[in-house]
Amino acid sequence: MGASAQRVLIPTLLIGAMFIFIYLPVATLVVFSFHDGRVPVPPFKGPTLDWYVRILANPKVTGATMNSILVGVVSSAVAVALATLAAWGLARHRIPGRRLVEALILLPLAVSYLVIGVGLMVAYSSGFLGKSLVLVGIGHVVLNLPLAFAIIYVQFDREQAKLEIAARDLGATEAQVFFRVTLPSVRVALIAAFVLCFTFSWDEFIVAYLLSGFDPTLPIVIFSLLRTGLDPQTNAAGTLVFLVSIVAAIIFELIRIRKTTRDPAL
Amino acid sequence: MTQPSDLALEDVSKLFGLQRAVDQVSLRIEAGNYVVLLGPSGSGKTTLLSILGGFTAPTAGRVTIGGADMTLTQPAKRPTATVFQDYALFPHMSVAENVGFGLSVRGVAKPEIAARVNAALALVDLAGFGARAISAASGGQRQRIALARALVIEPAILLLDEPLGALDLHLRRQMQDELRAIQRREGRTFVHVTHDQEEAMAIADTIVIINNGKIEDEGSPSRIYWRPRTRFSASFMGESTILSAKQTEAGMAETPLGNLPVVGLYGAHVAIRPESVLFEPAGNSTLLGTLSITEATFQGSFARLKGRIGQTEISAKVDPRRAPPVGASLPAFLAPDGAVLLTE
Amino acid sequence: MQVGFPSAQASANMVSPEVAWDRIERRRGLMLVAPALLWTLAFFLVPTVSILGLSLYEKTGGRLGAEMTLANYERFLDQHYFWQSLINSVEITGAVTVLSLLLAYPLAYMIAYHVPRRWQRLCLMLAVLPFWTSYVVRSYAWLLVLAPNGIVNQTLLALGLTAAPLKLSFNTGATILGFVHFFTMLATLTIYASLVRINPRLVLAARDLGASGWQGFWRIIVPLSLPGVVAGAFLTVVVVIGDYVTPQILGGNNQLVLPQTIMMQIQRRADIPMAAALSIIMMLVIAVVYLAVARRLTARPA
Repeated sequence: MGASAQRVLIPTLLIGAMFIFIYLPVATLVVFSFHDGRVPVPPFKGPTLDWYVRILANPKVTGATMNSILVGVVSSAVAVALATLAAWGLARHRIPGRRLVEALILLPLAVSYLVIGVGLMVAYSSGFLGKSLVLVGIGHVVLNLPLAFAIIYVQFDREQAKLEIAARDLGATEAQVFFRVTLPSVRVALIAAFVLCFTFSWDEFIVAYLLSGFDPTLPIVIFSLLRTGLDPQTNAAGTLVFLVSIVAAIIFELIRIRKTTRDPAL
Repeated sequence: MTQPSDLALEDVSKLFGLQRAVDQVSLRIEAGNYVVLLGPSGSGKTTLLSILGGFTAPTAGRVTIGGADMTLTQPAKRPTATVFQDYALFPHMSVAENVGFGLSVRGVAKPEIAARVNAALALVDLAGFGARAISAASGGQRQRIALARALVIEPAILLLDEPLGALDLHLRRQMQDELRAIQRREGRTFVHVTHDQEEAMAIADTIVIINNGKIEDEGSPSRIYWRPRTRFSASFMGESTILSAKQTEAGMAETPLGNLPVVGLYGAHVAIRPESVLFEPAGNSTLLGTLSITEATFQGSFARLKGRIGQTEISAKVDPRRAPPVGASLPAFLAPDGAVLLTE
Repeated sequence: MQVGFPSAQASANMVSPEVAWDRIERRRGLMLVAPALLWTLAFFLVPTVSILGLSLYEKTGGRLGAEMTLANYERFLDQHYFWQSLINSVEITGAVTVLSLLLAYPLAYMIAYHVPRRWQRLCLMLAVLPFWTSYVVRSYAWLLVLAPNGIVNQTLLALGLTAAPLKLSFNTGATILGFVHFFTMLATLTIYASLVRINPRLVLAARDLGASGWQGFWRIIVPLSLPGVVAGAFLTVVVVIGDYVTPQILGGNNQLVLPQTIMMQIQRRADIPMAAALSIIMMLVIAVVYLAVARRLTARPA
């Protein structure tokens, strides 16, 4: 075997094997969601859409889906807004104790979701917020704020600072600088951060499990479906959840690719 | 007399930690002048420009424009506009939106913005480019867009921070001429920062040489070239042979090459430009001695020579067609007023 | 200059211009940072301190004791059940981190150096796409794969490699597999990111100076890609040690991990103070890991 064949063959085999490992569970999930049989194991029979019809007719599932969308959209918007202001403030202003502030905002990244959930439960679930979707949303902002901050903060680099300086020099007020130069020049990162926060919120289980009370989000309803064991209905629900995450992830990826190819200077 | 847009720095200093980026600089710039701040990188010239533009607050001192104190005035409120080093064009706006930005934030009506943007683009030879994306513009075009964007708001003073630094040599020379022409046509004050002494000489009414945060020299290009005040300006602006000198009587000084006629009032050194070293006697020239050539470099329109008279190294420039070969020895003469006393 | 208060105006005239500017700057900066900071204080720091506070009270007979005590922490040390779950957690986390890095590094390396440039983004994106699945769904998907009559067992039976279906799920191995699947993708992302940042001319320079291909890899690429490895490993540790879902779905009930024990205190015993104490212990473990790698983790604009 030639050296050049080796150079192609080994990487191809290795990447191929890893792809099988990575896709095996997801492919099984999706394929057997169309399985025409009561237990989603080989050999495959079908296909059928019965399980999708059933799952979409389940009011628990549709209600939880609406809850998940609501929490995801609102908490991501809040996280991105707070992160944007903080990132701009820290990057553009000399703030006393800047390192401390940075560390504090990023700190929740280093703490398990479980601890954040337990903390909010201990501190707030007996108060007026109770266990509710609002508290879940607050929790998701806590989880996503550092992430959004990290993504947006790196956008406020020297290049971007010069744009703001130029705008001020041309007579823009602080508000004009922010809305006409700052926000548009980092808009790609803002959208990317929003999409990313949404997928994390959409997939998040433990905080919602501890805090949602009587209004469960979708991952909790799917978790409760697992009690019945292997069931093509769960495959169908899981496939739909996966689909939404994948669409969001692809949007996120496309935004990044478009950004790096279109504005190489940024 | 103070014109509406006369610019003055009074005892301005800027410290970064313990480092003095600008050290007690006082400078007066008259309206309508093309002033070039010339200095090596790290000399403080960019900090000075940024103090003028209002991007940096001085540690001490005052900035006045037309007699009004502007030390604490924000950039937006100053009658200045800046062309930034790498232009800082807004990537999310078209060429016309970039140029019109300053008018738009002032609430100028749209039709007027369009008209003034078109006029500004025409001024920089970019008529018809308005709808293009910034990413589609070349380096030279970006430079012009940045210029148009700053000029359209009709600043009393235009600040240019190494505006030609990103361009290749050919484009640089061309843009120098255009900048100069635009400044004449518009009659505004231009303050231009560069480290390129040829650019400075080609473009300036007044050159201000800055080194170590201080003004070394200030005057017209020809004055600074032919009568540099300090050792630094004699060697930074072009090339000079610098010799120690001791004044013997008015207009004469003892140097390693003998007692030479000098210009200037006092100083412990003289500078001799390569062009002032002649190989044929001319009216009023002085014999320096016999120069033995150690190096000859062809530079196109001239040849650069290095040689020795006794132990003293001398630089000279000659017509390349008449350049003596390395190793040749020949008499060298000092042109009239060729030796200039340096005060520092 | 726009200064709202006459006193500020007066003082601005007395101090150097620089200082006056700094004050305005600072105030504006703090106003921008305030919302995020207050949110973090109210909904992260206050809860965390509450956990700490609550962990110092003992719950006996359905009510909280009146006195502060370290009883919950003593119970943790005394009862095998508690500290064994921490040991299980640490062992699983260690195994997952090492296995994920061992799988992710070659994958990231192959993508960065053996896949043509224009296909790299696509290849990377495909390699981590299932990363974006909820824990719950991903763990369930592994249950399908590992079931007694699932795809793996049926393949093994058909190949004659085993006579009877193997018990692949509901054990620690299944938990580790589920985690490794996820964190291989995560670490591939972080390692790839630091591999592509390495200037390829560095390796050429090393080769030019006489290094073999293997030396070029070990002495140039590996050290320079270390930040990606550390970032991947740290994220893995934080998430694995705190995850409840994957072991709950895949691990069965014989070797509980710390998060399962915590949830057990909350759901079965309603002993929130004990859950709080266990949460604090979990945070301490993560803090130790963080301190070990902190210098290599940064997020700041250039």
